[in-house]
Amino acid sequence: MAARAASAAAVASPGARSESISRKKRGRSVQTEPWVNPHLPHEAEIVERIDESEHVFTLKLRLANPAQHAAYRFAPGQFNMLYLYGVGEVPISIVSDPEHDDLLDHTIRRVGRVTDGIAALKAGDRLGVRGPYGRGWPLDALEGKDVLIVTGGLGCAPSVSVIQYMMRRRARFGAVTILQGVKHYNDLLWRARYEAWAAMPRTRVLFSADTGGPLWPWHIGPVTGLFEHIEPEPGRTLALLCGPEGMMAATVRALRGLGLADSAIWLSLERSMHCAVGQCGHCQFGGKFVCKDGPVFACSEIAPLFSVKGL
Amino acid sequence: MPVRVDIEAPVTETRFLPRADLQRLLDVLAEAGYECIGPRVRDGAIVYDPVTRVSELPHGVTDRQGPGEYRLQAGAGGRCFAWANGPQALKPLLFTPQESLWTVRRDAQGRLAFIPAPPVARPVAVLGVRACDLAALRLQDAHFRDGPRPDPAYSARRDALFLIAVHCTHPAATCFCVSTGDGPRADFGYDLALSELDDGFLVEAGSVAGGVILRRLPTVEATTDQRQVAAREIESGARAQQRALPGTDLRDTLFGRLEHPRWEEVAQRCLSCANCTSVCPTCFCYSEHDVPSLDGTESTHTRQWDSCFTFGHSYIHGGAVRGGTRERYRQWLTHKLGGWHDQYGRSGCVGCGRCITWCPVGIDITEEARAVCAD
Repeated sequence: MAARAASAAAVASPGARSESISRKKRGRSVQTEPWVNPHLPHEAEIVERIDESEHVFTLKLRLANPAQHAAYRFAPGQFNMLYLYGVGEVPISIVSDPEHDDLLDHTIRRVGRVTDGIAALKAGDRLGVRGPYGRGWPLDALEGKDVLIVTGGLGCAPSVSVIQYMMRRRARFGAVTILQGVKHYNDLLWRARYEAWAAMPRTRVLFSADTGGPLWPWHIGPVTGLFEHIEPEPGRTLALLCGPEGMMAATVRALRGLGLADSAIWLSLERSMHCAVGQCGHCQFGGKFVCKDGPVFACSEIAPLFSVKGL
Repeated sequence: MPVRVDIEAPVTETRFLPRADLQRLLDVLAEAGYECIGPRVRDGAIVYDPVTRVSELPHGVTDRQGPGEYRLQAGAGGRCFAWANGPQALKPLLFTPQESLWTVRRDAQGRLAFIPAPPVARPVAVLGVRACDLAALRLQDAHFRDGPRPDPAYSARRDALFLIAVHCTHPAATCFCVSTGDGPRADFGYDLALSELDDGFLVEAGSVAGGVILRRLPTVEATTDQRQVAAREIESGARAQQRALPGTDLRDTLFGRLEHPRWEEVAQRCLSCANCTSVCPTCFCYSEHDVPSLDGTESTHTRQWDSCFTFGHSYIHGGAVRGGTRERYRQWLTHKLGGWHDQYGRSGCVGCGRCITWCPVGIDITEEARAVCAD
């Protein structure tokens, strides 16, 4: 897809990040054809559909054009715009591992007009895909560091790709701690995946739920309540956050309390996105466009605007 | 097709075109293949519409503007550019209020074919462009055309545009382009620039294409006296401006005062009607919508102007990020005068004053900025 080449030019550091991945994967540099039309989706087929919970499902996609599919590159933390015929587009993060998975996985929660419609699709159905867009997680900065991942609700989805990425290259990272908070214990997705990660060396997985249940052995309360169980070492720990902004704001405060610098805390933000290329203006956050300058930001880039209500 | 060939040396001197020969300018542009858009009076306002005869221009018409007020009146002698600006800028000609981006067809097997809307651009010459609007155009260019992912439709229309500026000598009471550094004299971005005198026009070429048109006009060399009169009129226009922003870079001040009580005060008056964003020559927000055909075989994906003053603008699942007018006005002002510095290296305000004039309740951006920035 032409998008890959363009985003390398669009966003210097993330482009470089994902480019280095694709070079390793394919043994050649990414394609350099010029961007043709930034608005135009491409046809994709749903190869498999997985129901994760009552309201959450995963679509595994393949671009209909084989050459485009083969050339498609992305970095963990980037997103695609998925288009439902006759209805519209939504930004959905890519859950796959950029080097190991052939299909493009998108985990989606039914929350509105477009996602309700996409939820009715099944394997073999078609939708539109354009992307990938935005700047993903800081993969190079993570190398050799301890990594703390704090997610809330479906914020776990944009993090799955980077967790998979680290687990498949486990020796290149220090201690990995994954904290996942949910509202209701039934909301916890991917138990098997978390268990597999927890079994990896130097890897801890802790859960919290605002509402627990009889079979919920983990923490009850906000995800920041798990912080008493961890001791991240400032200076060698990077934190990756994804979830509702209130949850991320509380987490940032807790991490600062533990001595982490804002430059060591990375957040994936969410705003309304229509064009995904920094033109429609919906995703503005101060002087940033979340769709192209983010969605992943270092906290130092967006403080003190982050956590201002209604900004 | 319009003439855009570099076969002659650029015209650098200022020429004089007698008023009786202004029609030649329109004729030469038409001969060169341009549709000419210029100022005309319609619905009680000066708007940009197609013009073929100079008699269609607003002769003897001037404007009276104030917060929430716009009136045309007689009193400009025989001049036809003795007004400040109307509700439109160049924006609608390039970033159109609504257009198709692409169409998708679905066949009986459910396969989708995405067809981009071909960029359609006809050569257009715009007569009577103000310095503030040229500054705004440069910002829109930076946003839609000059980034890594240029918008095809905007870029095509922009390439086919020929601009005839008129140095502004009649700023309205709502104008403040001196304080933003964008006027009243047009210094860049035009193909031709005119200074209107009582008996004719000083003409300067700003591009090779402009020079080609200028050579075809029955001009004579401008006299020193004519040039001095024109310069004095621009100067006196600059001095006549009554409003000003409190500085050209308010970024840190505004973002440092996000909880200032003035945001709530202005929200009590603001109707969240989005007029200010519609008339603003630099506002670029749009939303995208699908328009499916009745038989279900195809759907057209369109975009149309949107505004940060609408509820839906910041909607994500679970509600709007900026649910109230306080948050929306704050977003607009802090973005326009603050966030723009990060995005495009300068303020997003060019001092045209349209947002003051066309606000139904007369909210004044200069007054609000001053109030928030005051200690």
